[in-house]
Amino acid sequence: MSTSPMNMTRQPALLGTSGIIFLAVLVAVSVLVPVLNLAVAPDSAVHVPTYVVSLLGKYLTYALLALSVDLIWGYVGILSLGQGAFFALGGYAMGMYLMRQIGTRGVYGDPVLPDFMVFLNWKELPWFWYGFDMFPFAALMVLLAPGLLALVFGWFAFRSRVTGVYLSIITQAMTFALLLAFFRNDMGFGGNNGLTDFKDILGFNIQADGTRLVLFVLSALALALGYVLCRFLVRSHFGKVLVAIRDAETRVRFTGYRAENYKLVAFVVSAMLAGIAGALYVPQVGIINPSEFSPANSIEIIVWVAVGGRGTLVGAALGAVLVNYAKTYFTSGILAPYWLFMLGGLFVAVTLFLPKGIVGTFYEWREKRRQHDDIPDEPLATPRPAE
Amino acid sequence: MTSSARLSRLPRVLCAALALLFAAALVQRVEAQDISAALGQLTTNKYDDTEAALGALALSGSPAAAGIVSALADGKLFFGGTPPRVFIEGTGGALLDPLTMQPVADAPAVKPVRVNNRIRRAIDAASGALSLVSLDAAKRREAALAVGRSRDEAALPALEMALGKETDPKVKSAMNLARASILIGKEGITPAERIAAVELVGAEGNQDALAILRSVPESAAPEVKQAAAAAIEGIERNLALWGVAQNVWYGLSLGSVLLLAAIGLAITFGVMGVINMAHGEMVMLGAYTTYVVQEVIRTSYPGLFDASLLIAIPLAFVFTGLIGVLIERTVIRFLYGRALETLLATWGISLILQQAIRTIFGPTNREVGAPSWMSGSFEIGHLSITSGRLWIIVFALMVFFALLATLRLTRIGLEMRAVTQNRRMAASMGIRTNWVDAMTFGLGSGIAGMAGVALSQIDNVSPNLGQSYIIDSFLVVVFGGVGNLWGTLVGAMTLGVANKLLEPYAGAVLGKISLLVIVILFIQKRPRGLFALKGRSIEA
Repeated sequence: MSTSPMNMTRQPALLGTSGIIFLAVLVAVSVLVPVLNLAVAPDSAVHVPTYVVSLLGKYLTYALLALSVDLIWGYVGILSLGQGAFFALGGYAMGMYLMRQIGTRGVYGDPVLPDFMVFLNWKELPWFWYGFDMFPFAALMVLLAPGLLALVFGWFAFRSRVTGVYLSIITQAMTFALLLAFFRNDMGFGGNNGLTDFKDILGFNIQADGTRLVLFVLSALALALGYVLCRFLVRSHFGKVLVAIRDAETRVRFTGYRAENYKLVAFVVSAMLAGIAGALYVPQVGIINPSEFSPANSIEIIVWVAVGGRGTLVGAALGAVLVNYAKTYFTSGILAPYWLFMLGGLFVAVTLFLPKGIVGTFYEWREKRRQHDDIPDEPLATPRPAE
Repeated sequence: MTSSARLSRLPRVLCAALALLFAAALVQRVEAQDISAALGQLTTNKYDDTEAALGALALSGSPAAAGIVSALADGKLFFGGTPPRVFIEGTGGALLDPLTMQPVADAPAVKPVRVNNRIRRAIDAASGALSLVSLDAAKRREAALAVGRSRDEAALPALEMALGKETDPKVKSAMNLARASILIGKEGITPAERIAAVELVGAEGNQDALAILRSVPESAAPEVKQAAAAAIEGIERNLALWGVAQNVWYGLSLGSVLLLAAIGLAITFGVMGVINMAHGEMVMLGAYTTYVVQEVIRTSYPGLFDASLLIAIPLAFVFTGLIGVLIERTVIRFLYGRALETLLATWGISLILQQAIRTIFGPTNREVGAPSWMSGSFEIGHLSITSGRLWIIVFALMVFFALLATLRLTRIGLEMRAVTQNRRMAASMGIRTNWVDAMTFGLGSGIAGMAGVALSQIDNVSPNLGQSYIIDSFLVVVFGGVGNLWGTLVGAMTLGVANKLLEPYAGAVLGKISLLVIVILFIQKRPRGLFALKGRSIEA
């Protein structure tokens, strides 16, 4: 495991230096951005336009998504190529709520049915749309839909000891199956076009600057809470078992632990975090469609984590923001045709030259400098190359 | 017609032309009488007589009659002189004798035979009936099938006349069927006759027969209806079986596509343990190689087009194989033993390759043509089989067995297996493991490229071609059992057939989804696939 001796009697601090820095940055951002958006004149150089607020909000939800991947990949060794499915399910749950809020303001003006159902000549609301006009129910579904899928899927997979590559491939098959399913009009989720044209959220105009700011701050808050939760999990006894499973699952099982249950809990928590990220993503982006289920998306999430540093939590969030900022920057300029070259090159370069990611490499460097310090700040060091 | 019947016992190939000539001469002599009466009627300049003459011509079965009827249809039939005779206007306006088609020396002044709508209808009926006695057996059969489909009672006399003279068994059965189809709906025949007709149609056993049987009139006798119901049931059962067979065929065809896509992966992933996400792009590169080969042929050597695929196959193998070796040497060799990291790196490579192709060839689909020997189709029973699909199945099996032979029988195959099973032992026996790694990866990539040549025939050649196969390919390899080529074969065919058998019940998309779910569940049951390598280790 760690290169430095570990003192088992002393729990590392809940946050650690990098955690404190991370949370401080989040707080600073969620205070600064609204201030720069509202209080600074639009022609000022430091003014933050509303579209940038939504863009930053989107990055924060991606960061939360990356965090959820890091929890299972970095600490349990589960490389899920289907994390995008949980994200999209959370997004769809939120999207369904937003669709029901449109009411008679849709193109067809039907008080109950969303536009696409009227278009498909449906006469009544399918049963699974019931309740989504109530926010608490929708919020519950944001957690339950991905959580239940992860529970069922994980229960089968972990109990049968499907591990490593095999698990990666069947998670990919899972999100691919969902992609195909959500593309069907008969599924009742808007088919190809997905859900869009949202008007209100909890009575507030979703386009309004104020709403956007609140959503942004909520995203930052969710990310902060998600980080603290993950951090709490991985430094607990539970988290120690997870890391042990990652490094030697068979040995953990022989020691008397039910490895599959530990993995299942981590997997479900991770899916729920992804679902929350999706639910915050949809109102800020204004659309959710089946392409979110595409296997390529899920693989991209893995790259965010790999770039930032697997098994560091902070690194996952950092990687998500960095890669997506680069994506926005490059795909909007004259370099657009070359973005895929860069993304592809990034995948190769990171795996070859930066296997521990940015944050992981930094920890390693700092570790070397503190050779004689017997209280390692980050006891859950970056993982060994898996398997 | 006995002469032609006797002749037909001799080897057909040699005698067919001769027999036709004999038959033609015979018919012309025998029928000359009937026709001359009809020709007389054509000179009276009365519609009633013209119609009667057309009826007589239709029943005459004379080859000359066909020429006369078509001349009438084209307004090239004239009459005149004393006694009045009929002439056909040939090319250049010369008048020809309708029986011999020779120019007449002393052409009189002539008037055209008049035609109105009633006569035009009669012309159509007559030409239909006459094609029943055409000299070309294929034409006769076609005409019989057309009559059977139209079920026109007016055609019955001509049909029965033609039936009396028919000798070709295939044409005869088509005519019998046509007659039966007409009789089933005809008024005023005995139940026994109708039942015979029902049974005859029932024996045909296809969709057309089904439609005919369903049209047995309500007024028919109960035993007739019973016979029809029994025949319908028999046909439906039969057709359902053929339907399953057809779906199995489609399934094998899909399975061979899966096999082609997965077989290279069975090497890189199955044998080497490298999760090659760029595998689909190797397939795509193979398809683009085909495109480039065809472009070069089209612009420079148009005569070689039919050989374009044969040229593309080795080129695609070498080209994608070299790309594969390049990837192995520059990226993958640093990542052995880190399966999940190779997944990421090769995914990156796949993005780069896709974008490279998009930059060079553009994002749209490229046109790849099919050589003539791959187009067309034929039928076995009620199965319709397209040549293209058949060739792809053959090709997939050829690639499979060639690969199997390479691994089992050649020196490099032996070394590959040795390195897979025990790298360090192989190294200490003097095998250059690095080199073998590169060759193995090149081989897997090259095979993917060859698959791309075949897939260019059935799929859109676009930069995204590979993406659509990568998930399926992995599922096939995992389902079949990693490290086992036979497992890949069985896995591909099973998934292909299962997909096509599910489709009629669930629809294409739901069928695919349920298949994915089934495979996911199957992997729970057998986490190491259908044909898992047996071993005693706790962790494979």
